[in-house]
Amino acid sequence: MFGGCEDPSRLDGGAWLLCYLTTPTHQSFYLAFGTVLLLLAITAPLSLLFGFGGALASRSAIAPLRWIGRGYIAMVRGVPEIVFFMFGPIALDQAFEYLRHRVMCPDWSEPVRRGNDFVVCTAAKLPLNADPQWMHEIYGFALAILSFAIVYGAFCGNTIRGAFDAVPKAQIETARAYGMSQRQLFWRILLPQMWIFALPGLSNIWMILTKATPLLFLLGVEDIVYWARELGSAKTRAYSFPHPNWQLWYFLALLVFYLGLTRVSEIVLARLNRRLNHGQATLAGTGRMAAGR
Amino acid sequence: MSCLATIQAYGLRSTGIGERLLPKSDFTLCEQIVLIGSGMIWNVYFGALALAFGFWLAIAVAVGKNAGNPLIRVPASWFIFLFRGSPLFIQFFLAYQLFVLMPKVGLSFDLGFVEIAAETRWFTRAWLGALIVLFLNTAAYTGEIFHGALRAVPVGDVEAAAAYGMNSWQTFWRVIWPTMMRLAWPSYTNEAIFLFHATTLVFFTGFPAWRQSGDALYYASYFADKTFNPFVAYPIVAGYFILLTLGIIGLWGMIERYLNRHLPREQRQRARIRLPLMR
Repeated sequence: MFGGCEDPSRLDGGAWLLCYLTTPTHQSFYLAFGTVLLLLAITAPLSLLFGFGGALASRSAIAPLRWIGRGYIAMVRGVPEIVFFMFGPIALDQAFEYLRHRVMCPDWSEPVRRGNDFVVCTAAKLPLNADPQWMHEIYGFALAILSFAIVYGAFCGNTIRGAFDAVPKAQIETARAYGMSQRQLFWRILLPQMWIFALPGLSNIWMILTKATPLLFLLGVEDIVYWARELGSAKTRAYSFPHPNWQLWYFLALLVFYLGLTRVSEIVLARLNRRLNHGQATLAGTGRMAAGR
Repeated sequence: MSCLATIQAYGLRSTGIGERLLPKSDFTLCEQIVLIGSGMIWNVYFGALALAFGFWLAIAVAVGKNAGNPLIRVPASWFIFLFRGSPLFIQFFLAYQLFVLMPKVGLSFDLGFVEIAAETRWFTRAWLGALIVLFLNTAAYTGEIFHGALRAVPVGDVEAAAAYGMNSWQTFWRVIWPTMMRLAWPSYTNEAIFLFHATTLVFFTGFPAWRQSGDALYYASYFADKTFNPFVAYPIVAGYFILLTLGIIGLWGMIERYLNRHLPREQRQRARIRLPLMR
């Protein structure tokens, strides 16, 4: 990147380090921080949507929909998330391919699952064998995002469901007395107030989500953990920048990154909480509680 | 191989006892259930020991974070922030790298009647290294829960203790600590459940499985990789963990009933603070 980096063996000290930290592989490492933030930016709204859907389904008047909603919300309680992350992408991949297989190759007679193999017709493969490498990478990333969103959607669903129940009953009764329809009651009373009760729980899920992002590595995405391991491992004289095992330093950098992310999130969420509570008939809202904790 | 023979061969496989070689092909359902169940030994080992040790450190950390002296308060707060603010995944990686860099020496402790030989290389093994990380991690999370509960102890209780002439040690262990436990217990139940879930990370991070002795998820992913079928092995792990979670809820519920035994029945539900704490 900088001039004079062509022959690193003749450099030393600060110049060597500067050249070392700006190699193309290091730039991929820095871009991977963007991958993590991108994952968060896509997954957080998507989980919220899934959670909202789950919470609404679990409150539905239609019994089968209610069961599905409740089952979905209860799903995450007893099982480690990582089991879902190991299971999710393969299961989703096979489900998509199987559906495409049924639609695109209806006259295929052999079974799809043969012993230890999962075989669908060539046209149903996702992505197609002929597709370029970046399509495969995007597809893998999309499966990872979908798995994250499903799991944390269930977390959100749990919180949002509780928040709907926490809206004071007297307000609902008042709305009914005013002659509001069920739809009006939902949009004017329940929904705007629900967020205040949901925010502490949702903040907490955001924290969990940020701390779950290194699991991307287990799903085969080239994220910061992948690069930290790659770049940190010992490099012999065959490389232009030989160094001993520096993984400790790379992981320290990741630790600092995550601590910073946590701190910033805490500050932003506390501010949001103050704003949402403003004017509420609670201790925090009337300002009688000395600025919280 | 009959299922009984499978249990004999693989029931304790994760601890290194029994058949050396894992099944290679034509997995039966029995083999999967037995081997994954044998992996659960590790999950229970990590979870139980980390909770048992972490509980006491958490009390110290909670009291430390509440202390007036900044020399105690600041390190305690930083300890909590460090372990709660970063992913457990990264903590495992980092700890493993630290332990690998430690000089490889053998130590021996003379306890008078028995001599214990220890080696620093044990730290790079999951049974000790990962346990230390989980211990510190749960101590930080639990410390934050206990700190919240400590701040919620009614001030009248402490004043009454002072009026009885108790010193601060007596006040803490006889008055503050029991109330703190009672207030914190529902959140602590949550923490215990999530700690057991976190034990599945051990063999997927820095700590290598030695001689293919891993935890439940390690064996489940072994089967899923070999058969390319996630729909059998992972639901088995899920089933084991649901049973474990129910067990924890049962055990912690018993302790909670014991803690609240002096309260009239209708107040028992009210005496709790609900911290939305999850991992």
